[in-house]
Amino acid sequence: MMNKLWVFMILAGIVTAFGNQSVELINDVVIQNTQEAVGFAIGLTGIMAVWLGLMNVAEKSGLIKQIGKIMSPFIRILFPEIPKNHPAISAIVMNMAANMFGAGNSATALGLKAMEELQALNPHKERATNAMCMFLVINMSSIQLIPLSVLKIRADAGSANPTEIIGATLVATTISTIVGILSCKILERGE
Amino acid sequence: MVGTLSFISIMMIPIMITVILLHGTIMKINIYDAFIEGAAEGFKTAVRIMPYLIAIFFAIGIFKSSGALEFFIKLLSPIANLFGIPTEVLPLAIMRPISGSGALGIVKDLIYTYGPDSFIGRVTSIMMGSAETIFYTMAIYFGAVSIKNTRHVLPAALISHFAAILASVAICNFIFT
Repeated sequence: MMNKLWVFMILAGIVTAFGNQSVELINDVVIQNTQEAVGFAIGLTGIMAVWLGLMNVAEKSGLIKQIGKIMSPFIRILFPEIPKNHPAISAIVMNMAANMFGAGNSATALGLKAMEELQALNPHKERATNAMCMFLVINMSSIQLIPLSVLKIRADAGSANPTEIIGATLVATTISTIVGILSCKILERGE
Repeated sequence: MVGTLSFISIMMIPIMITVILLHGTIMKINIYDAFIEGAAEGFKTAVRIMPYLIAIFFAIGIFKSSGALEFFIKLLSPIANLFGIPTEVLPLAIMRPISGSGALGIVKDLIYTYGPDSFIGRVTSIMMGSAETIFYTMAIYFGAVSIKNTRHVLPAALISHFAAILASVAICNFIFT
């Protein structure tokens, strides 16, 4: 699906650019966006290194094991294939905590750590496991408690009550997360 | 109020770091060495996700700047009306899974055009907060562990995204009118 979508986006873009007589745009994008991607990956390196360093400290001190023990019963409701007290559990818990509080880049770093732990459990290294699919779908359905960037825009635009949308946002995001979890559970059976 | 909330959010990461370092101190491990050892892995991960990031930035860049995205949004307008989604927020609904910064730009634009306390302004705010970027996240997370077969992740994520859009509009109708 990713394969088809990728080709579709590029070909649709080139055809549209031809139609709009702005083909030179494509050449700019090739240079600019790819550079941006490299910059983004390099920018992520620092925070990746910090969290992987901290996670290694937590692993050696036994904190990861302890978090895993405490959170096992909850996490394994959604991820039944992860063995009890596995390090993947703490990485998932810490990723969700960072996500909830809007620490996007830290969440990404911890999320990648979780993916590595899940990959260690994967018997087919090129195929995603049920746990990985579930983890990503929950991640992408947004579990942020306080949408800070939106609140800031609302306050700047002179809203009488910028925070009035927090409750409604929480309900909407909970609904979308539940729908995501259910579709994941249903779709994983069909394969 | 916004100030208090951002304070709570800002505190989370320092608290996590403090807990890890204190626990390491109590357990008497060599924290500095352990940190360096783990941090060395950070560069490998960044290099591993780079080709996936370049692929996705490249495709989205062409799709967006060529005007194909705009055309696609126009094409989808009638379907949006069918589900009771206001046409004004449709660009956001489509941009949100594709690009976070692009979506934030649309949010700014909509909130300033229609007012933060208008129906459109509120739906926009709720939608932005309840959805997430899908394509980058998939590219980075699967790229980091070299997974090629992503199975049902994309369809499940899109279904969940669609639910977020419908829920934003429905809740706004229910609470604010």
